[in-house]
Amino acid sequence: MTMPALATYALRLGDDALVLSHRLGEWVTNAPQLEEDVALANIGLDLLGQARTLLSYAGDVEAAGRTEDDLAYLRDEREFLNVHLVERPNEDFAVSMARQLLFSTYQLALYERLQDSADPTLAGMAAKAVKEVDYHRDHATQWVLRLGDGTDESHRRMQAGLERLWPYVDEVFGTDDLEQSLVADGIAVDASTLRAGWDGYVDGVLAEATLTRPEGTRTPPGGGRRGIHTEPMGFLLAEMQHLHRAHPGASW
Amino acid sequence: MLSLDEARAAAAAVLDPELPVLSIADLGILRDVAMADDGRVVVSITPTYSGCPAMDVIRRDVEDAVHAAGFDRVEVRTVLSPAWTTDWLTESGRQALQDYGIAPPSRRTTSTGPVALSLSVRCPQCGSPDTRESSRFGSTACKSLWVCNACREPFDHMKAI
Ligand SMILES: [Zn+2]
Repeated sequence: MTMPALATYALRLGDDALVLSHRLGEWVTNAPQLEEDVALANIGLDLLGQARTLLSYAGDVEAAGRTEDDLAYLRDEREFLNVHLVERPNEDFAVSMARQLLFSTYQLALYERLQDSADPTLAGMAAKAVKEVDYHRDHATQWVLRLGDGTDESHRRMQAGLERLWPYVDEVFGTDDLEQSLVADGIAVDASTLRAGWDGYVDGVLAEATLTRPEGTRTPPGGGRRGIHTEPMGFLLAEMQHLHRAHPGASW
Repeated sequence: MLSLDEARAAAAAVLDPELPVLSIADLGILRDVAMADDGRVVVSITPTYSGCPAMDVIRRDVEDAVHAAGFDRVEVRTVLSPAWTTDWLTESGRQALQDYGIAPPSRRTTSTGPVALSLSVRCPQCGSPDTRESSRFGSTACKSLWVCNACREPFDHMKAI
């Protein structure tokens, strides 16, 4: 089965949002304070809304009759096109806050540029979401500063959180022929061109938080955009999809 | 013969289920009410936030309201652009929020100058400007949590976006 490039691109962005939304949902009732349960649920909800728009659109462009629910619940692991950064387990709260900083800084830069896409649906989704993601990045920044420039223990764990996820950063800025073909049409954003701005922002936050940018970390091969995932992805999907698959067609 | 104005009035009066003192017209999310060539009433609404869970309820309520006004066929469309901003809240909507105990959003247009102005949020209970934010995220996506230093009451504030 080959999907049109535009549908694949919408799925890539939509899967990033959907999978991270699920990870954030896992914090509800487990966050360090009640306000944080609420904050992470809100951020997850924003991402879920973006995912719904993108998955519905992918289904429309594909024109094979698949709805947002079909795409979210009935695809198998090899058909999910998100980057590995969003599927890694939450682990320590500091690991999750590191991910929020690394990912939302990328996503904000992406959506800022995607607002000018020649594709009206992608442009509209991005223009809507850019203000939300600005908030997400701010939330993550506040936590990274607070933990990094906090106690010895919070500093140690924030640094460890960064080290844990840093190997997954390069994949986020990877590009390929499919993306480039859409860049040529003014539809997609070349992810590799977002790296310099990302480095500038993240480095600034790390410096203020007295954290050290991880160096020389081993970079795994990636492959999320081609449907190749890390081990935790299967467990995530099992939890996300089992209810829908156990009760096909149920609605409430 | 029913007029389009009647359909528009019915749609405009639908309340936001999460802010039940605000109509969707006051909130600024009702974009358009039109009559298609085949006689269908087409209502366009826009979400406040991408993931706003109230949208499904609002969609159903609009359908019901326009049906109840005597129109057989109603279609509710969701449009994303231009993106909603809190500046679309009407003056009466801002007042209704305030009376309900939710501090209305400050106007975005005040912060477009070279220096971003951060206007203080006034306590909706006692009116004091001496307030502080306790959490940037509140009970719904559109609100943050604040506390008044003067009267000590916590309150919701609709975030300016
Ligand atoms: Zn007060």
